[in-house]
Amino acid sequence: MDFDFSADAIALRDSIHRFLMVEAAPEMLREIWETASGRSAALRAKLADQGLTALSVPESHGGMGLGDLEWVLVQYELGYYAIPDSLSDTAYLAAHLLQHLPNGAAAKQDWLPRIASGQVRVAVGHPVNRLVADAELADLLLLWHADEIHALRRDQVQLAARTSIDASRRLFEVRWTASDATRICSAQAGAALWQAVHDRATVALAAQLLGLAQRMLDLGIDYAAQRKQFGKPIGSFQAVKHQLADVAVKIEFARPVLHRAAYALAEQQPLASIHASQAKLACGEAALLAARKSLQVHGAMGYTWEADLQMFMKRAWALDASWGDRSFHKARLAEHVLADGVRLGPGETFAIPEPAARATRAVRSATA
Amino acid sequence: MKLTYTASQQAFRKEVRSWLARHVPKQPLKSFDTAEGFAEHRAWEAKLHSGRWSAVTWPESVGGRGCDLIEWLIFEEEYWRAGAPLRVNQNGVFLLAPTLMEFGTEAQKQHFLPRMASGEHIWAQGWSEPGAGSDMAAIRCAAERVDAPSGSYYLINGQKTWSTRAVWADWCFGLFRTEAGSTRHHGLSFVLVPLTLPGITIRPIRQLNGLTGFAEIFFDDVKVPAEHLLGEEGSGWNVAMATAGFERGLMLRSPARFQATAKALVELYRSRRASADRDPSIRDAVVSSWMQAEAYTLSTYNTASRLVQGGSIGPEASTNKIFWSELDLLMHETAMRILGQDGELMDEPPAAGEHGWLDGFLFAQAGPIYAGSNEIQRNIIAERMLGLPRA
Repeated sequence: MDFDFSADAIALRDSIHRFLMVEAAPEMLREIWETASGRSAALRAKLADQGLTALSVPESHGGMGLGDLEWVLVQYELGYYAIPDSLSDTAYLAAHLLQHLPNGAAAKQDWLPRIASGQVRVAVGHPVNRLVADAELADLLLLWHADEIHALRRDQVQLAARTSIDASRRLFEVRWTASDATRICSAQAGAALWQAVHDRATVALAAQLLGLAQRMLDLGIDYAAQRKQFGKPIGSFQAVKHQLADVAVKIEFARPVLHRAAYALAEQQPLASIHASQAKLACGEAALLAARKSLQVHGAMGYTWEADLQMFMKRAWALDASWGDRSFHKARLAEHVLADGVRLGPGETFAIPEPAARATRAVRSATA
Repeated sequence: MKLTYTASQQAFRKEVRSWLARHVPKQPLKSFDTAEGFAEHRAWEAKLHSGRWSAVTWPESVGGRGCDLIEWLIFEEEYWRAGAPLRVNQNGVFLLAPTLMEFGTEAQKQHFLPRMASGEHIWAQGWSEPGAGSDMAAIRCAAERVDAPSGSYYLINGQKTWSTRAVWADWCFGLFRTEAGSTRHHGLSFVLVPLTLPGITIRPIRQLNGLTGFAEIFFDDVKVPAEHLLGEEGSGWNVAMATAGFERGLMLRSPARFQATAKALVELYRSRRASADRDPSIRDAVVSSWMQAEAYTLSTYNTASRLVQGGSIGPEASTNKIFWSELDLLMHETAMRILGQDGELMDEPPAAGEHGWLDGFLFAQAGPIYAGSNEIQRNIIAERMLGLPRA
């Protein structure tokens, strides 16, 4: 049993943390919010310079060939700094889809090297989401159609922009027509790929939510230590302390759930989807509690546009419902936990179910 | 990261499972808060010891198996999976023993640990006093050192209360004020007291369930041989804090206990689903219970694997106690909601292998209070982990 990340992964995380501390101050996020596209080419270029766009592109296509365990640490930092960019969709989700295409040599050759070098943005449209994020600036859109994967260029789709409460999220309705020419993967092979992408998106958002939770907790601690009432910092009052302590408890017990989910993805374990859902619920709960409690600690300041807290709260509220909302993931867990013959209880936490038993359950739930 | 068991860990699990399958009593023992049940549980401790399973993390020289924390977690998983009896000597084996190993003299270790492992000595705790609960540094119970020709001893006068297991226990460990006139955490010492000494009066306190799980202890000129001092005289606070650290930390409540309850809750819900589903929030609470039991397990493995590799427990250990005590309440409250009118009945005790929901529900009420109230834990988290200013 070893929950530690590799020294290289930790070093990567630390360097990204230091880099974003300097490059992604809240004032900069506010400036990006005010732009029409909501995206900064300069920021994207800097993220690429850090190697982030190349992270999971195979070495054969100009990338670093790293995986889910590195990404979960990076995603946490993207959440902590509320980075307004489509990095994850492009360099994690699209890169995963493209490199695992069964017959996609041409698409891989076309796109993976350019993803790695940071030249292109790719949007991913999955039916669990009503809208497609970052479609406007996308050079390529990978879209679901009855489990098939379709690849379209920006000029092959029509967009209608929608406005999110989180100005960092740029969401679009996408109108397009599926055809043989746009299809790059059959439904038969596509179903598993879309599932893999959904699981990765779920864990990615879980990690971002946990980073957001920690950031909102940190903002609450800073405020409570500085703000004085009755002649003392409000953070010295137990009524305030205990609210923040509750957030710390939630974060503390969400983190190992998140890390296990990333491990299950990396190891392609049969229960990876279940672990991913669990991670998103645990991290989402931590983020929502952090938002509520940090706002309360900030008092009226927490309700203003001026205080930085709002940027992290809005992101948390939006991401909690993205790639499967709370009820979606809860239902998936309930189906697993309450099924006949499932192995629960002491000693089963790390057990890996027999594939046959799983298939039986899947058939049963499909026919139920 | 590698979340798998080694071959030797798997073999260890098999060995534990096989021994327990052969020795766990078929019928549940009576509560150890009754005279008869206490004797039955003491006999079970001796049985465990005969297979060298009563203190697996201890060195072999004092009756253990030298297991690391991962093996301890495996042992606990098998123990709860088998539905084995609660540990009447938990105070000794899990709380006092680590302190003894850190602060005890060689003679103390050789004397106490084997007797603790065999169940010959069952231990009670002596922390709280009528005026010292959450504010443990307000302890007043006096232990005055007397150097007599026949041998040095501590003369103890005062009172302890909420002393768990004290009604039938053989020994008690706790903090006493050895320096007259000292205040707060100065001048305290950690002393081991035989409960059979003249001058000791034990008054059982009846608990919610009608049984006497704890007691008041009155000390009236009780002479405790000076060799039963643990650690340095006057440094009792530090010794006690080490004990509190173990208690808050890993070993007081292993995750397997909560996983077993979560599993029983899932089974209870499935068996009464038609009525339970009339309130849709019940299903949600059942699934949340399972999730949180899993989270507690993952977190404990995470900490254990760090400790096995030489890391240490920090103030984040205070989050444990809040998490498991609130989880235990959630699970038992949910069970009571599922049971409806059946929940209140004390005259339908659970059959062998069934979870005792009413007993568990009552005991869960104590969780946020004992071992440092959850309010104290939140203060510790806020001040030591989050760095918020002291009041």
